[in-house]
Amino acid sequence: MSMLDVKNLHVTAEGKEILKGLDLHVNPGEVHAIMGPNGSGKSTLARALSGHPQYAVTEGEVLFEGRDLLAMDPDERAREGVFMAFQYPVEIAGVINANFLKAALNAKRKHLGQPEFDAMEFLQLVREKSKLLEIEDSMLKRAVNEGFSGGEKKRNEIFHMALLEPKLAILDETDSGLDIDALKLVAAGVNAMRSPDRAFIVVTHYQRLLNYIVPDFVHVLSGGRIVKSGGKELALELEAKGYGWIDAA
Amino acid sequence: MSTATETIEQLANREYKYGFVTEVESETIAKGLNEDIVRLISEKKNEPAWLLEWRLKAYRLWLTMKEPTWQNVKYDPINYQDISYYSAPKKKKALNSLDDVDPEVKRTFDKLGIPLEEQKLLAGVAVDAVFDSVSVATTFREKLANMGIIFMSFSEAVQHHPELVKKYLGSVVPHTDNFFAALNSAVFSDGSFVYVPKGVRCPMELSTYFRINAKETGQFERTLIIADEGAYVSYLEGCTAPMRDENQLHAAVVELVAHDDATIKYSTIQNWYPGDKEGKGGIYNFVTKRGLCQGRRSKITWTQVETGSAITWKYPGCILQGDGSIGEFYSVATTNNWQQADTGTKMVHLGKNTRSTIVSKGISAGHGQNTYRGLVRIGKNAANARNYSQCDSLLIGDKCGAHTFPYLEIRNTSARVEHEASTSKIGEDQIFYCRSRGLNLEDSINMIVSGFCKEVFRELPMEFAVEAQKLLSVSLEGSVG
Repeated sequence: MSMLDVKNLHVTAEGKEILKGLDLHVNPGEVHAIMGPNGSGKSTLARALSGHPQYAVTEGEVLFEGRDLLAMDPDERAREGVFMAFQYPVEIAGVINANFLKAALNAKRKHLGQPEFDAMEFLQLVREKSKLLEIEDSMLKRAVNEGFSGGEKKRNEIFHMALLEPKLAILDETDSGLDIDALKLVAAGVNAMRSPDRAFIVVTHYQRLLNYIVPDFVHVLSGGRIVKSGGKELALELEAKGYGWIDAA
Repeated sequence: MSTATETIEQLANREYKYGFVTEVESETIAKGLNEDIVRLISEKKNEPAWLLEWRLKAYRLWLTMKEPTWQNVKYDPINYQDISYYSAPKKKKALNSLDDVDPEVKRTFDKLGIPLEEQKLLAGVAVDAVFDSVSVATTFREKLANMGIIFMSFSEAVQHHPELVKKYLGSVVPHTDNFFAALNSAVFSDGSFVYVPKGVRCPMELSTYFRINAKETGQFERTLIIADEGAYVSYLEGCTAPMRDENQLHAAVVELVAHDDATIKYSTIQNWYPGDKEGKGGIYNFVTKRGLCQGRRSKITWTQVETGSAITWKYPGCILQGDGSIGEFYSVATTNNWQQADTGTKMVHLGKNTRSTIVSKGISAGHGQNTYRGLVRIGKNAANARNYSQCDSLLIGDKCGAHTFPYLEIRNTSARVEHEASTSKIGEDQIFYCRSRGLNLEDSINMIVSGFCKEVFRELPMEFAVEAQKLLSVSLEGSVG
């Protein structure tokens, strides 16, 4: 069964239609890169899939493992296994990162009928997952994203993903604002999670990230539709020729 | 309309869970206020002549005073002749033990989660329960008495410890203080009295639970807490009332006195009926609370979580008289639907090296209006006084309001005073971020709000911090749309 089926998706934000009939098909184990110029609707796709209230679906259908994703609340989508790493992670003052994650993880476990983790079990899991992403203890004890540097915020997003173990992970411009070391760290975190039953949608403006997270498919978005799809070499071609090449074609 | 909005609306329709009425035979005196009523209250309580005189003096002064109008709240004029000033559940015989408490009244407190049987109580909490105008039970009294700690209703203290009452009553909040304090001084009915002797650390939380039950009745409680040299006491009050369409007046006075090296922690979880979604009914909570740090190195901490009442008007303050004394004020005030709050503190620095800390968190939702009003006064002899104030406001929705009025009066150049303020809106982005991690809408809002209030909650005794957090989430239900 396919993981995600997007058919003829139309999405409006602030009264303006941004996605105008997008189709996308993702199977388990695949990594799909969504590229495109600014304003082409890349982030809109990511946010619409995760259920952001400011993005209204006006037409089309999205099936997640054969079920109507659009009928689910954002939190239900998350508990069912859809995860989005934010382009701009949000700060929540006074809420300790570790406590936040424990609540999120247990909400998911409860939903799936699994026993909730107690503090010790959770701590053990955190230890295990934080190594790869070089998440320091202090980042866990601080409030969610509060006072985090740009790189720390993005690493924290991938850390959330590692703990929540989604079936489908959507990375919304995770590479923006990262230096090369942070980029490598984030990519290593993602690569470690690649598996035959997990899929990724990687939204990015630049080809650079795709050197580290090598996609199976590359799609180019323009004017609210996918205008070109190909293998990983399409990203390189785009890098060389620029987005103007697509629009001209 | 999104599904999220619908969920919120469902939650908003949840009822105030403490709004029930107890059917109990009460003795309620006729409505109206005059000298005879004041005499009648005093007589019912079998008070000594000096106390009656004190009440009458306050009453006569009150007649000449005007209700304050400077606060940032709106309400129709109160008809003080249309209120009954005393109501008590009828008792069949004198109360000698908890077994003598009217079973209906006992059940009321059980229903509120305040069991009066000592063996059922939270370990380490002694409770005084005030039902309308009278105290119905005080628990763990003997155990405390063995350590010399006096914890009883105010009326009993008048009978058993008149010298202490006479010495301290009105010493921090004189009957001349303000309109509502004068009214309270004339007609106060009951409240709690605490005295902790020299060097004694009170081994348990002392708690008073106030319940208004009778209709068209005002509640005017009076609480007095004295911590003698080196003593320590932590005291907590909780309050609820039935849902009624009319507004009811609650005008309390609380006085605290801390001697040398004594510490008093006073925590309030205020959950009076806030009125309905249209703003009908609810309690007018017009309260004067003040602590006197009389001794050197004494310390008074006020912590309040104000979630109920139609209107809240209170400024728990500290007079920092003793050198090196410390005053603290930690507050969370929420206003949802049509609630209004004008609350804050007064820190009056008189002694040298005195310090005060103010942390105020205002949360407004619905059509709620939330005002922080705080005074920091540094007297001319208060060398090296320090104050730190932080006022944060959180807005939920776009029909509510937050206002901040800090007043600073500094008469000593060595003072150091800091004030920080912030106003933020609970963002759709924050809520969406939490939900995108799998937390449902309710839990998301609770998480964001409890993060905002964290600095205040950690000041509460542990058992109550949990309760406060729950209460806050109930009072904000349905606030995001």
